[in-house]
Amino acid sequence: MYSQGLNQAETDDTADATRAARFQARIDAEDKIEPNDWMPEAYRRTLIRQISQHAHSEIVGMLPEGNWITRAPSLRRKAALLAKVQDEGGHGLYLYAAAETLGATREELVDQLLAGRAKYSSIFNYPTLTWADIGAIGWLVDGAAIMNQIPLCRCSFGPYARAMIRVCKEESFHQRQGYEIMLTLCRGTPEQKAMAQDALDRWWWPCLMMFGPPDTESQHSDTSMKWKIKRFTNDGLRQKFIDATVPQGHFLGLTFPDPELRRDEATGHWSHGPIDWEEFKRVVAGGGFCAADRLAARRKAHEEGEWVREAAAAHAAKRAAKLAASKEAA
Amino acid sequence: MSTPATPIWEVFIRSRSGLAHRHVGSVHAADATLALQAARDVYTRRGEGLSIWVVPSNAIIASDPADKEMMFEPTASKIYRHPTFYDIPDDVGHM
Repeated sequence: MYSQGLNQAETDDTADATRAARFQARIDAEDKIEPNDWMPEAYRRTLIRQISQHAHSEIVGMLPEGNWITRAPSLRRKAALLAKVQDEGGHGLYLYAAAETLGATREELVDQLLAGRAKYSSIFNYPTLTWADIGAIGWLVDGAAIMNQIPLCRCSFGPYARAMIRVCKEESFHQRQGYEIMLTLCRGTPEQKAMAQDALDRWWWPCLMMFGPPDTESQHSDTSMKWKIKRFTNDGLRQKFIDATVPQGHFLGLTFPDPELRRDEATGHWSHGPIDWEEFKRVVAGGGFCAADRLAARRKAHEEGEWVREAAAAHAAKRAAKLAASKEAA
Repeated sequence: MSTPATPIWEVFIRSRSGLAHRHVGSVHAADATLALQAARDVYTRRGEGLSIWVVPSNAIIASDPADKEMMFEPTASKIYRHPTFYDIPDDVGHM
């Protein structure tokens, strides 16, 4: 059932206790699962869902930043932002390709996105109102994404893990370019610093939500941990992110929009106030400020790209026919 | 030539669990099954691999080395694609 390239694997939906036990033993031994290996259908479905959501997030994530490419304040900033958005497009490609090794096709995954049936990271449904948002996204959104993606480099599914290694390597500049923007604004005029503060105020809580619901409510956590798709819980990663980020914000001379944020001297961890999970649920369900815009932009791009896909197929067919004719003649 | 030329295959080996297959060389074989066996015999005699891919050499589409500059030189000026291009004070720590 592989859509592209790889051998067809025999899959059997009926529970096969022996194979399932062997599969789990391989996972426990830190062996990687490859596309042609036997795997439980639920493992396959979970990965297709997670990897495709991840791919959609990369693609939709190009939109809020793309919004500022033409208005970047200098050539240096424009080149960097362009390079970053270009990277995100490539990351979407690596991820769709990894999902395809599991038997899905990119076309059906993209159709799910365009039909509004697939999820992507809720963070991209927030608007980018000022240039400082581009700094905040690089610093915070990419910072949170990196926190999530580093453990995924050790995910039990080989193609996903290898894609993540490449993504993490390429993304290492994304967070730094964002922080550099924030630093420049914070060292600028009072108005510029206020802009940076406003961006932090708006992006902080949505970034904490990027790690997903609290462990007590997370639907998929237990099996994902057992299968070593996930290595840390949502709350565990969120805490790591907060601990890494708060000192960076203080270095900028900014304050976090959380009056309960304080460092626990005993543990060294920063504790935070309650997260508004109702907002999270609303935004994930498509209630975000930009949700309709994002999907409309993706649909428009897809429709406007239709002639390119058709032309490429027609060109390939023509070339193949020409080659066949020349072989016949020879 | 008395017999048709034996097809040539490119051989890729996964040396350790989790790593991508890497090109190791080529073999001659009449078909895919024989190519896989030949690759096993030639390239994994000392436990080099966990998995083998063989691909018909003529299925590989390669760039022309003469186009090297046109293809790759433009990235040399795009230094902003590298993390070191951005100034982050040492006090901020690793990022």
